[in-house]
Amino acid sequence: MPVYNEKVMEHFMNPRNVGEIENPDGIGEVGNPVCGDMMTFYIKVDDNRLSDVKFKTFGCGAAIAVSSIVSEMAMGKTLEEVRKITPALVAQELEGLPKNKYHCSNLGAQALNKAINNYLKKQGKAGESKRRRKDEKE
Amino acid sequence: MRKVYLDHVATTPVSHEVLEAMLPYLKDAYGNPQSLHDWGDEAREAIEDARGRVASLIGAQPGEIIFTSSGTEANNFAIKGLALAQQSKGKHIVVSAIEHFSLLHSARTLEKWGFELTLVPVDRYGVVDPEGVAKSIREDTILVSVMHASSEVGTIQPIREIARLAKEAGAIFHTDAVATTGTIPVDVKELAVDALSLAGNQFYGPKGAGALWVKKGARIIPFLDGGVQEGGRRAGTENVPAIVGLGKAAELAKAEMESRTDRLLALRNRLIEGLPSRIEHVRLTGHPTQRLPGNSSFCIEFIEGEAMLMLLSSKGVAASSGSACTSKVLKASHVLTAMGIPPAIAQGSLLFSFGLDNTEEDVDYVLEVLPPIVDKLRQMSPLYSKFLKEERGGK
Repeated sequence: MPVYNEKVMEHFMNPRNVGEIENPDGIGEVGNPVCGDMMTFYIKVDDNRLSDVKFKTFGCGAAIAVSSIVSEMAMGKTLEEVRKITPALVAQELEGLPKNKYHCSNLGAQALNKAINNYLKKQGKAGESKRRRKDEKE
Repeated sequence: MRKVYLDHVATTPVSHEVLEAMLPYLKDAYGNPQSLHDWGDEAREAIEDARGRVASLIGAQPGEIIFTSSGTEANNFAIKGLALAQQSKGKHIVVSAIEHFSLLHSARTLEKWGFELTLVPVDRYGVVDPEGVAKSIREDTILVSVMHASSEVGTIQPIREIARLAKEAGAIFHTDAVATTGTIPVDVKELAVDALSLAGNQFYGPKGAGALWVKKGARIIPFLDGGVQEGGRRAGTENVPAIVGLGKAAELAKAEMESRTDRLLALRNRLIEGLPSRIEHVRLTGHPTQRLPGNSSFCIEFIEGEAMLMLLSSKGVAASSGSACTSKVLKASHVLTAMGIPPAIAQGSLLFSFGLDNTEEDVDYVLEVLPPIVDKLRQMSPLYSKFLKEERGGK
């Protein structure tokens, strides 16, 4: 099936970090089965860094490859660094996705962000983080 | 690695005999059938011979066969050509909700041209209710079209009954028989239809040759304007080798139909019976008995079709799927949707379509490689883990 490049195929065939984390610090779920793809990211946060990232994905080859590479890109990074993982960066890291699969890279970045939001909310820091991001932009 | 082709709905291979019949017309017998010399005569005789064979396969007169480039062209031609020829009588057409896109989109184009369209629904097995068709027909209905069978879910329609009701109401009746011609008995008199589409690459003929049968006396507006080919109804130099191949394929299909059906049924049933005992939460789509002999289509719950196809492909197995992610436009198959299959389930669509080269070992190979693939994807699926948690919670 030569629709995907080698890197996407490699991540699809051997996805990294599949699974769930028991008692995760944050969970982010995006998409729904109706529109085709659904991703759930689980994160563990130690000292402002993602010490563990796991995911479960319902979807096509691209959705699975995106989930895998996003989990790799995020592992060990600080929350601030993880916030900077954009869909474009995900697609770039996968060395390109077919046009009609590009939305899968959005889902990966979104799911991860949601997991962080969930973590911050649990920590009661959601507001603080928003302010911080705003400051960064300014 | 073992290679198993189970995507005969996409196309069948060209059979050896068909290829042999075609070769002379790709070599020395290169004449244009319209030419008035020996080369022309040779080519003309070849396509007229093929016309006779195709007519014989469907119980028609040779003069009623119009060769086209494909089933898609035949459907376009039928819907647009028949509707345009009847437009002084009315502007309403009726087609089923599960037609092939070549037909459905042709009907949509007619809508843009000022015609009115009614889509007839199907039941959960994909069967068009003849009464539903009858109810959709109005005073000004000029054309009704319902496919003979869906290649996607295999369901065979009660065409004879639908055609009778349509014609009683004064409409012309067309059927897209691309999925059935050359595979199961198709006789235009028995089906009592007015027009019928077929395609050679569905029964071991080459790509590039299809046909539209239009009952003698029925009016149709030419699809391609130009010369006098095909009785002036379809201009353009005839694709002689492909037409010859289609003719040969028709001859073989007629002669071997029963034995072919027996073989396909055995393979199909082996898979349909074997899969549910190896994989949980699998449902057969389409009608359990009124279905094409080579078709076994399923929805495998909690996972997605394209991912399954990719993993099957890595094991050498070629299949197809109607999942949204598989389609270029990211929409779940309109056939599965029309059958009322929920979107999440339709995402797990998987279709194995058998052909004459397949063996029991091929089926057993699929039964061996598919369960671990399903297992791998389910281990990754949040839907499956949710289901398991709910199941555990329920107990």
